[in-house]
Amino acid sequence: MLPCTGRIDEALLLKAFENGADGVMVVGCLEGDCHYISGNIRARARVKRVYAILEQIKIGPNRIRMYNLSAGEGSKFAAYANEFVDQIVELGPSPINLARGGGVQAAKEEETT
Amino acid sequence: MITGTPKPIDEVLEMLEPYDNIILAGCHGCVTVCRVGGEKEVQVLASTLRLAREASGKKIEIREVSLERQCDPEYVEQMRPYVEDYQAVLSIACGAGIQFLAEKITTTPLLPGINTGFLGVTERQGEWTERCQGCGDCVLHLTGGICPVTRCAKSLFHGPCGGSVRGICEVDKEIKCGWQLIIDRLVALDQMENYGKLKPYKGWNSARDGGPRRIIREDMI
Repeated sequence: MLPCTGRIDEALLLKAFENGADGVMVVGCLEGDCHYISGNIRARARVKRVYAILEQIKIGPNRIRMYNLSAGEGSKFAAYANEFVDQIVELGPSPINLARGGGVQAAKEEETT
Repeated sequence: MITGTPKPIDEVLEMLEPYDNIILAGCHGCVTVCRVGGEKEVQVLASTLRLAREASGKKIEIREVSLERQCDPEYVEQMRPYVEDYQAVLSIACGAGIQFLAEKITTTPLLPGINTGFLGVTERQGEWTERCQGCGDCVLHLTGGICPVTRCAKSLFHGPCGGSVRGICEVDKEIKCGWQLIIDRLVALDQMENYGKLKPYKGWNSARDGGPRRIIREDMI
């Protein structure tokens, strides 16, 4: 948890994939409503750059996505989280986790056993 | 500053194909400012390469380092204690930095991670433009602070060529005619008399045409 998505940089997002994430969901404040003026706009640009990197190295660009909502929109957050998880489950484990022999599928199998 | 652009990731991966442990070396100088070879770019490129290589089934170990400058011997020497533990060094400094590393560290292959651009300025975040070609004989005092060598596509010295149309260079519609800029500035500064002070011809012996150059400052040796 970060106090502002403006703290996120490309290296941090890529590190999540290195650490085994199949997908990364970035949730920031509504655009125009950032407490730090432009943190979420900066985050959006960085997410876009990581999207391009993931596409180039064939990890899959759809494994990262940024959402914007206010802190009072709990139900919307839940809906976005479910939507993103469904998207990642559909994509399956990232090529990194496949190479390591794990990922979403492995986690699901582990859950059912 | 010296500018540059990242090499395409496929090209870097192809260069790294024979290696499975490398140093990725950034530089805190110009390439940090133009966001192509600093500490952050080292982190991003290292992660990108590790992910790409692991996904392809051939992991790579990368030591991430950022030197104060790769064009000064005292900083290059900081790598010496551990450089031989690695099969190659991928540098994302400018071409000068990469070559200097290669000269000083002769036992390990040096690979370029960026394409070095030009001596330029930051127009805005993400946009840089060229200003100086290092010709070794500056005439900016006569040309309103606008360089005819760099800003004129043909490096002309005595006014615009016939290809300039309404202040735009014939080479590219995005390029302003350097000589139009110079004349407009001289008029604005009321310094048009400077136009007549330009040399009848420019000696290029201090420029690149004389081969690799050297500066020796006796007062500093």
